[in-house]
Amino acid sequence: MATAHTTEAGSSRAVRRPGDVIFSGLSTGAAFLILAALAGVAIFLTIEGWPAVTASSGELGADNIVLHVWPLLFGTLLAAAIAMLIATPLAIGLALVISHYAPRRLAGPIGALIDLLAAVPSVVYGLWGIQYLAPKMLPVYQWLQDNLGFLPFFEGPATTGRTLLTASVVLAVMALPIITSISREVFAQTPVLHQEAALALGATRWEMIRLTVFPYGRSGVISAAMLGLGRALGETMAIAMVLSATGVISFNLISNQNPSTIAANIALKFPESTGVHVNVLIFSGLTLFVVTFLVNFAGRWIASRGQVKG
Amino acid sequence: MTVLETPPTAQRDALPLVAPQLPRWAPALALVIAAAGAGILALLLSWGLTGTLLATVLLLALVLPLWSRFVEGGRRAKDRLATILVWSTFGVAMIPLTTLLWQVIDNGAGVLSGQFFSYSMRNVVGEGGGIYHAIVGTLIITLWATAISVPVGVLAAVYLVEYGENRLPARIVTFLVDVMTGIPSIVAGLFAYALFVIFFGPGVRMGFGGSVALAVLMIPIVVRSTEEMLKLVPNELREASYALGVPKWRTITKVVIPTSLGGIITGVTLAIARVAGETAPLLIIAGKTDSVNFNAFAERMQSLPVFIYYSFTQPGVPPQYGQERAWGAALVLIALVMVLNLIARIIGRIFAPSKR
Repeated sequence: MATAHTTEAGSSRAVRRPGDVIFSGLSTGAAFLILAALAGVAIFLTIEGWPAVTASSGELGADNIVLHVWPLLFGTLLAAAIAMLIATPLAIGLALVISHYAPRRLAGPIGALIDLLAAVPSVVYGLWGIQYLAPKMLPVYQWLQDNLGFLPFFEGPATTGRTLLTASVVLAVMALPIITSISREVFAQTPVLHQEAALALGATRWEMIRLTVFPYGRSGVISAAMLGLGRALGETMAIAMVLSATGVISFNLISNQNPSTIAANIALKFPESTGVHVNVLIFSGLTLFVVTFLVNFAGRWIASRGQVKG
Repeated sequence: MTVLETPPTAQRDALPLVAPQLPRWAPALALVIAAAGAGILALLLSWGLTGTLLATVLLLALVLPLWSRFVEGGRRAKDRLATILVWSTFGVAMIPLTTLLWQVIDNGAGVLSGQFFSYSMRNVVGEGGGIYHAIVGTLIITLWATAISVPVGVLAAVYLVEYGENRLPARIVTFLVDVMTGIPSIVAGLFAYALFVIFFGPGVRMGFGGSVALAVLMIPIVVRSTEEMLKLVPNELREASYALGVPKWRTITKVVIPTSLGGIITGVTLAIARVAGETAPLLIIAGKTDSVNFNAFAERMQSLPVFIYYSFTQPGVPPQYGQERAWGAALVLIALVMVLNLIARIIGRIFAPSKR
């Protein structure tokens, strides 16, 4: 059958009409325009960011561009890492609810509710974070400072709710839908025979999930977490609004001195910047692009490898 | 070995065929006990609703597995604990969604009025004014972004499904499109700025730049959804068309794309909903203004997300009115995005049977 198809397609291509040539050229061109756009992002950011590398230290406010970008990169990575610590276990649980725990009639609506979280614009998350979440978190931070203050993460002083931890919670909420939707698809693809075999041997539902679903879905969950990490690294507005940033490098999550993130720093400073400061911001944007590109690349690569294996 | 040596008859009556199980109503009873316990604690220590609910779940996660541990054994107890924990993640995930929607509706509903939708912010200080200019800007910018990304995205998907034939270039394009879905929105904005600066000089701001930035974010979504839809078109339709001597490009435009049109429109609508709420790129390249601007190719252009951001962070004096307008605009924006999502789902459902 398959060979018959290809010969048919081959013979129809043998008579090349002008319409065919134009249309295939157009669609191939569109596909490679996308690649060109991706390359263009890297190229144009490099062109416009380059003056920042050669700029004098007086213009930068730091000795060189690396020292300028490093605190921001640190804040970006820290906030995203904490967000992943919060979001990944939640997302795995949610994915299990949808794929294995909820009755089939309820699973669809529950999935739609989680997708609704993804539909909320980031600026509205910012409003919510600053007006609702930050004041609610302040008593929690004070409790953490009083009882766990000996840990470097909770040294305090806990005087504001607009801390790195609040920003990470908002990031976790925003990354939750993407991790959930990929994990639940992987979980739902677990071979039914594996699951039934486990149940037939007397496994409880949780043992069945641990023995069949988790091993089968491991690479899928890892790639989902990577993609969620990519989302959290690049998230801008929620952080720009929630975090009261001072640009320090510190693991102290609940103080009023917080590291800023690259994306939030660009959003806060770009509208008022001129001259070499614009180039500096674009260079930091290039750094962010490279980091998220690598994370997403790794995530997609693990996902595609998992598909081949399964 | 030693087990076999003991006479089996003596113990046969003591060996039950069924392991002891908790009754079906046990979880409900445990929930009542946990809620009652948490309620008493809440009364004694005067907790709020959140604390009470949290204590209920914690008590439930303690009571039911313990009970099960003594009746059913450790493995069942672990299973029940896992069930409680897995379901509680759903509860935790619903907290931000419900509080966010409630906050937006509670704060925003009072602001909505005819004036709010039909006035711009030009020369408005304090009370009054509206979001007309922001709605116009969002519509124009999103329209241009759609006009760029739909032809490119659909044609690229046609290449992947109809011409690429899963060879190496097509696989590379598919992979990089996937990677591209993860580009941070602010990077897309910087890209549009870096591109336009070359033609228009430093400090360039225009609505069309925002459209380019949004198109960078939108194209990968359009490509992925269109690709999935084109793959669903049965091969028999293509073969029937070829057998009638129809050229390949006519087959694609007259048979393949019309067959999958509903799915493509669904994907495009979801992509529009996704980018309509983007703030960061528009903040950078479209700028902000208080006046209506219909021309996407000149001057700054306001949009709803940017309006929300600035109304809230720079509300003016007194701050109350600016923040009220921010919440009102947030309600409008969320409603817009939700309606787009709903339309996408309805279109998807209407056209779904015709795919077969």
